[in-house]
Amino acid sequence: MKNIESLLDGFAAIGRVSLDKLAGLGRATMVIAYALLVLPQPSTNISLTIKQLFNVGVKSLLIIVVSGLFIGMVLGLQGYTILVDFGSEEAVGQMVALSLVRELAPVVTALLFAGRAGSALTAEIGLMKATEQLASLEMIGVDPLRRIVAPRLWAGFISMPILSMIFAIVGVYGGALVSIEWLGVYSGSFWSVMQQSVDFYDDVLNGMIKAFVFGIAITWVAVYQGLESIPTSEGISQSTTRTVVYSSLMILALDFVLTALMFGDI
Amino acid sequence: MDNTESVITIKHLKFNRGERVIFKDINISIPKGKITAIMGPSGSGKTTLLKMIGGQLTPDSGEVLVSALSVHGRSRSALFAMRKKMGMLFQSGALFSDMSVFENVAFPLQVNTDLSALLIRDVVLMKLQAVGLRGASDLMPSELSGGMARRVALARAIALDPEIVMYDEPFAGQDPIGMGVLVTLIKKLNQALGHTSVIISHDIQETLSIADYICIIAGGEVVATGTAEQIRQSKSADVIQFINGYPDGPVAFDYPADNFMAQLKGITL
Repeated sequence: MKNIESLLDGFAAIGRVSLDKLAGLGRATMVIAYALLVLPQPSTNISLTIKQLFNVGVKSLLIIVVSGLFIGMVLGLQGYTILVDFGSEEAVGQMVALSLVRELAPVVTALLFAGRAGSALTAEIGLMKATEQLASLEMIGVDPLRRIVAPRLWAGFISMPILSMIFAIVGVYGGALVSIEWLGVYSGSFWSVMQQSVDFYDDVLNGMIKAFVFGIAITWVAVYQGLESIPTSEGISQSTTRTVVYSSLMILALDFVLTALMFGDI
Repeated sequence: MDNTESVITIKHLKFNRGERVIFKDINISIPKGKITAIMGPSGSGKTTLLKMIGGQLTPDSGEVLVSALSVHGRSRSALFAMRKKMGMLFQSGALFSDMSVFENVAFPLQVNTDLSALLIRDVVLMKLQAVGLRGASDLMPSELSGGMARRVALARAIALDPEIVMYDEPFAGQDPIGMGVLVTLIKKLNQALGHTSVIISHDIQETLSIADYICIIAGGEVVATGTAEQIRQSKSADVIQFINGYPDGPVAFDYPADNFMAQLKGITL
């Protein structure tokens, strides 16, 4: 009998956890639907969104530019040492550009963005909740979903593709710096091979679409975790960690799906 | 209390948080234009009650009527419209940390009215003058003491001249001077503006000195209501323990636990 009881308890626990997760998914959907679609967006939201664009986008520039430069340089170096064995070191430009535009720029930018901006969003909203600023907004008659959440979501959606583009451009220049200036690849062939092989729609645009989708995933996870955080110092630290972990995993999983759809010929 | 028109009516309110019963059956009527204090021991659900009046929490059953309309039956937009007629002073002050004192008080006016910037400036200065902090209008919340922050929050709560002002533990953590200032301010503002005040507190003397009516909740129920004098004369064990601060009584000193001796023996064995 005891075995059956513990088995039933186990099933009940699975049921409870599943219901909790489903309810969480429902609340997360409500957050994004209300913030972006249901509630009207008055003109004041534009200035709030610009302020958030500065906070999440412009302030992430340094880490994006530096990482892009180094990753481009490493790609140039690695590409050259492999390709030179086959006597085709001119193709290093193609390798650097395609790896960056299709894959590394959106994915690495998104991972850095999750760590730099996503965690900051969660901590900020979580602290606003802990210090009753969100409740205070509600009591003043202002919906926090419109005032706090919507501008941050829009800022994330807009800044991610731009940051990814900047990452790719800086990365290509990093690759060129190493290949042309240091390793002596002929600059004419470096750039012309790159120009021939990179397609705007297939490569650049698909990379941007990836970055946009990652932007949605990161900011959505970040604001939701902030709103749902337990209003204590420990609770906020857990939510911030969850934002980075969940959004990183989502980025990698979504990247596989999107790559399969865009480049997998299926 | 029955003779006066009531602006907030709470009927048969029930609320559980997980396994814990917060409200078994709460019935309170809050008269218009008076100061009503809701008191009770820590954890008795006083702040929860305020959040239900403001529509931030939904009860399991029962209803809360504000101006004869149910709070929880309203649409989201109607709920936000209702809140514009309410001011709330939060326990922490809840000032917006990225705005100055002036901007904090101006915020409700900017988002809820069409007043010109000049008029808003004048109203904000008047509200700050009322709480004695006109000179601090350029400071940031991080530069204020706890008492000053609460006075700024009070100025913000009354910025829109609300019909109802709710105070969540206004005296908690205040030094005697700050407490005296707040007690006087709450009384004066209530008399001058004629709004309905609801105070949540467990500071007995301060609250009894200004409240027109007092309602004590304990164990999820209303255990006493009346004027300060009626509360002082009450024979209820809950009320006697609460207003005299006795450590043991209906609210037990000891958290429920197994037999102490048995537990000690278990450890030494």
